[in-house]
Amino acid sequence: MNFTLKIWRQKNVTAKGEMVSYDVSGISPDSSFFEMLDTLNQKLITTGGDPVAFDHDCREGICGTCSLYINGRPHGPVKGVTTCQLHMRAFKDGDTIFIEPWRAKAFPIIRDLIVDRSALDKIIQAGGYVSVNTGGVPDANTIPVPKEKSDAAFDAATCIGCGACVAACSNAAAMLFIGAKVSHLALLPQGRVEAATRVQKMVACMDKQGFGNCSNTYACEFDCPKGISVANIARMNREFLGAKLFSEKERVIKESL
Amino acid sequence: MFLYSSITKKVLMALAGLFLVTFLCVHLGINLMLLKNDGGRAFSTAATFMGTNPLIKVAEIVLFAGFLLHILFGLVVSGQNRAARPTGYARSNSSDTSFFSKYMFHTGIIVSIFLALHFCDFYFIKIGLVAPPAGIAIHDFYNRTLLLFSTPWYSLFYIVSFIFLGIHLNHAIQSAFQTLGWNHSKYTDAVKVIGSVYSVVIAIGFSIVPIYVLFFLNKV
Repeated sequence: MNFTLKIWRQKNVTAKGEMVSYDVSGISPDSSFFEMLDTLNQKLITTGGDPVAFDHDCREGICGTCSLYINGRPHGPVKGVTTCQLHMRAFKDGDTIFIEPWRAKAFPIIRDLIVDRSALDKIIQAGGYVSVNTGGVPDANTIPVPKEKSDAAFDAATCIGCGACVAACSNAAAMLFIGAKVSHLALLPQGRVEAATRVQKMVACMDKQGFGNCSNTYACEFDCPKGISVANIARMNREFLGAKLFSEKERVIKESL
Repeated sequence: MFLYSSITKKVLMALAGLFLVTFLCVHLGINLMLLKNDGGRAFSTAATFMGTNPLIKVAEIVLFAGFLLHILFGLVVSGQNRAARPTGYARSNSSDTSFFSKYMFHTGIIVSIFLALHFCDFYFIKIGLVAPPAGIAIHDFYNRTLLLFSTPWYSLFYIVSFIFLGIHLNHAIQSAFQTLGWNHSKYTDAVKVIGSVYSVVIAIGFSIVPIYVLFFLNKV
């Protein structure tokens, strides 16, 4: 298969970037998107060019390292997969493919297609954890958890923190990510204890990182490679309102953060 | 206003918005009295009641506060949203989501322009800021309305504004529920359907009056 690629090239965080056109040929329909980019990079290296920098690690859809905004959608045209699990058979021979980095003020571009997603890590550091050691694996049923709750918590916990929700959102909001993290911990007894302070700290941190506000367009849910539901955003809103309105001792003042 | 957290701002916007949505229903009820062929008696009685009842006077202040809150927070939130992505994409987002939900700011601006004109046409005359057109008494809303709607361009602008308001509401109602955390597998689909039906009823309901005045009143 042959493709024309339009790729965002940018030397570093301060440099001015631009879309550059490349042609690749002889690509197998069974090769992955990254193998196709590897082919391009090999060609660039042998001809003395500068290879395209992009993020990738496990290449099996579980680590959340890969990104790429492909033809107007994070992780490309196939629903429910990350870029590393995208194969060239999803495109037509002769297609022009636009490849861009995640675009958000909170995600500065490091080089070409690689963005700095540590804003998401900072949100986790603000409260997305259980702060006591919960010990080893307990005996079954020593801590009773209703089945529906454990299922909902598990669904939220499948978030790999790739940032596709931010990239897809017309407002570059991170609400689906934080909604998933808040939900996953608030639904379980170990995380419930700190739920009121956690949600306030994480939302305050989100605002500080310069993410946008949710306008419920639900592009995040559509493009999430793990199919995280926007019901998690509503749950976070409930947690947040409940914490602000009804918890006294757990009230978090923004300035104290 | 900038200091409130993202969720607080949106919750306040949602509450103000839902209040305005219920107000629209009342306003539509009064407007539809114009359709009664009694020389405007029913409409004028309702208009007088709305203009003089002390409880309504209090509600009017709440209403203005609701408009102000919703519009100001809307501007702040939209501004922040635009600032959150300083460089856009070369290929704009092609996710399969509700098209109009991305244009809440734009439809909101059109409705605000209409609102400003609506104030000049009715409210400012009522409180005496602007003189009524020749031959029409200050509190004669009936003849004032008929005069306005007999101008085709005004009726057209009025109808177009309400189509945009309908588009705005179509996303807004379910969005407000989601923002307030009211998302549940049992009733979220119902909220979406009722919200869409309500937005269509509002758009069509308000548009009936100018169409009636232009094409049917005193024509048969």
